Amino acid sequence: MAASDLRREQLEKTMKEHGFQESALVEILHKAQGIYGYLDKELLMDVAQSLNLPPSHVLGVATFYSLFKLTEPGEHIVTGCLGTACYVKGVDEIMQAIEGEFKVKRGETTPDKKLSFFVTRCIGACSMAPNIIVDDEVIGKATKEIVLESIRLALRGVKVESL
Amino acid sequence: MNLSDIQKIAEQELDFQRAYTNRINVCCSSGCVHLGALKVLKAFEDAVKEFGVERECKVAKTGCFGTCSVGPAVIVDTMGRQQARLYENVTPEKARKIVQDHIVLGLPAKDMLYKNAGYFKKQNRLVLRNAGRIDPSRIQDYIAMGGYSALVKCLATMTPQGVIYEISTSRLRGRGGAGFSTGQKWGLVARAHGAPKYIVANLDEGDPGVFANRTLMEADPHAIIEGMLIAGYATGASKGYLYIRSEYPLAIQTLQKALAQAKSMSLLGNSVLETPFKFDIELRFGAGAFVAGEETAILASVEGRRAMPRPRPPYPANSGLWGKPTLIQNVETLANIPQIVSNGGIWFAKFGTPRCTGTKCFSLTGKITNPGLIEVPMGIALRDVVFDIGGGVPDGRKFKAVLVGGPSGGCLPETLLDLPIDYDSLTKVGAIMGSGGIVVIDDSDCMVCTARFFTEFCVDESCGKCTPCRAGLIRIKEIYDRIITGDGKMEDLSTLEKTGSYIREASLCGLGQTAPNPVLTTLRYFKDEYIEHIRDKTCRAGKCFKKEVP
Repeated sequence: MAASDLRREQLEKTMKEHGFQESALVEILHKAQGIYGYLDKELLMDVAQSLNLPPSHVLGVATFYSLFKLTEPGEHIVTGCLGTACYVKGVDEIMQAIEGEFKVKRGETTPDKKLSFFVTRCIGACSMAPNIIVDDEVIGKATKEIVLESIRLALRGVKVESL
Repeated sequence: MNLSDIQKIAEQELDFQRAYTNRINVCCSSGCVHLGALKVLKAFEDAVKEFGVERECKVAKTGCFGTCSVGPAVIVDTMGRQQARLYENVTPEKARKIVQDHIVLGLPAKDMLYKNAGYFKKQNRLVLRNAGRIDPSRIQDYIAMGGYSALVKCLATMTPQGVIYEISTSRLRGRGGAGFSTGQKWGLVARAHGAPKYIVANLDEGDPGVFANRTLMEADPHAIIEGMLIAGYATGASKGYLYIRSEYPLAIQTLQKALAQAKSMSLLGNSVLETPFKFDIELRFGAGAFVAGEETAILASVEGRRAMPRPRPPYPANSGLWGKPTLIQNVETLANIPQIVSNGGIWFAKFGTPRCTGTKCFSLTGKITNPGLIEVPMGIALRDVVFDIGGGVPDGRKFKAVLVGGPSGGCLPETLLDLPIDYDSLTKVGAIMGSGGIVVIDDSDCMVCTARFFTEFCVDESCGKCTPCRAGLIRIKEIYDRIITGDGKMEDLSTLEKTGSYIREASLCGLGQTAPNPVLTTLRYFKDEYIEHIRDKTCRAGKCFKKEVP
């Protein structure tokens, strides 16, 4: 079976578990993003048809919540935490350094699709502020040097681990 | 499983625990895990084997002790023979040494102990009573500490009205921020017409700088589940939704495991502990919308729609989820319920102040020596929290302000530090209790930039429904951009004040009504800094008038 069919099957299973109910739309979109990596128009259309909802409603929900990604993210994802504690502890300076070195603006992906740079509002790890997340690994008490080196390593294929 | 089985499990588990003469509790909450706690846990497990003490020393994976700044943190409990000791900044190497010294030789490894006794002195851990003491992945641990005995008490000996009476007597107020009387709310839902009735537990802890609910869930999930069950019994609800942020993977994992255990022990389902009471809990995940924590917005989100608030009345107590009576409660409120039922409302009302009973969890962060999660009695002075517990401002800097209540809280100056922390006093000075965030700001921070930062947050998070909030906040942010790049005018100050108060008065929900708080409080208490920016084009913190907007 082709990979795309397998993924569709997984999605179908999730929707079935939720009884194709409108109330589970956010859960279904979470799952769809988990399976496909992001939510493109065809996928949203598919969900709308399966749940018997107007496409505008599904698109409306998908665009309302900031965790849903509507474009394909890069191979590696760096997320800066812009929560209050991280801000007060100077995360902005680290974020500017990332933008400078890797030529990628907040919310964007590099043209070669290698690196996406996102911003989140608080991951709740405030006592270790500032926090930067590199490919699911939270770097707490982050410094410019550690973060930049971690991203360089990640881009070269080395898995980043807690320091 | 029936009502008497809970007691049996508790006894069995206590017997099992008594077989050990030592217990090593390793904090494996998010904070400590990010700092390497899982490796430390493994090192302890290896070390007790290496020294051949695994039969007398239990290594447990627990929740948070609150000392997040010195993680990974570990407690060695010698079961009453000596005082339990807390170790800080534990590494795998130190773990081996701790087992060797403390467990094998019976001498605490002094140089690795947590030295800051003041941190716990003014705290009172009621909601966090089990945090760091039980393994949250084992329901037996919770039951051994008296868990689910409050539910048993309700089902076996109390009427729903009796439960509500007890909660009313406790004078508990909602911990989500608004501080509405919990007993009164339960009474409204219980008396409301319509079926089924629903409960929504709110763990959409969207305030940046706040992690109290997350920590609670990671440390003691069953206390929240038990609170929901009791609320269901008292109000006549049969279904609960637990709304949790998807930014909290570990809390979700802990919760899912706890729910599965509760189901398998028939604590949830069509016949709770073989009684006629029926209750089930379904999870709902947030998707990154701060406004979803608002009472009516969370209902829209649970129903699978955009999280946008609607006008009240009708109040959710009468017309909530799908138009049915719905009780919405923050998880910290729910975690308070079992102990109130067990010990009585009068017992609970002894803590805190007469108008604000009990305790409150706060996330203490920012420019503070001991950041972490604290629980203090209501009415404690801000000064005690910032200086006695928090240890004041580090790096030789000077305290400037404390932000209470998250991004829509208020920035309070040193002169207000003797203010007691309770709903009413905070509102009076322009701050809010919110979900319990305390962020300390020092003299290297610019208050104008800080207010701009919070405004920007609220611009991002405004749902767009009410024009004053949607458009007004953008106008405010534009004014800030002018002021910090040197183009500010004196009349901007009155425009800020006017716009802020319009937004506060003309917005529908809590987000809009409180969003101007940082603007208005900084204008009220730190006006000098605004004037310096506009008139003298100087920033005493040296942050502004650079080319790029910070």
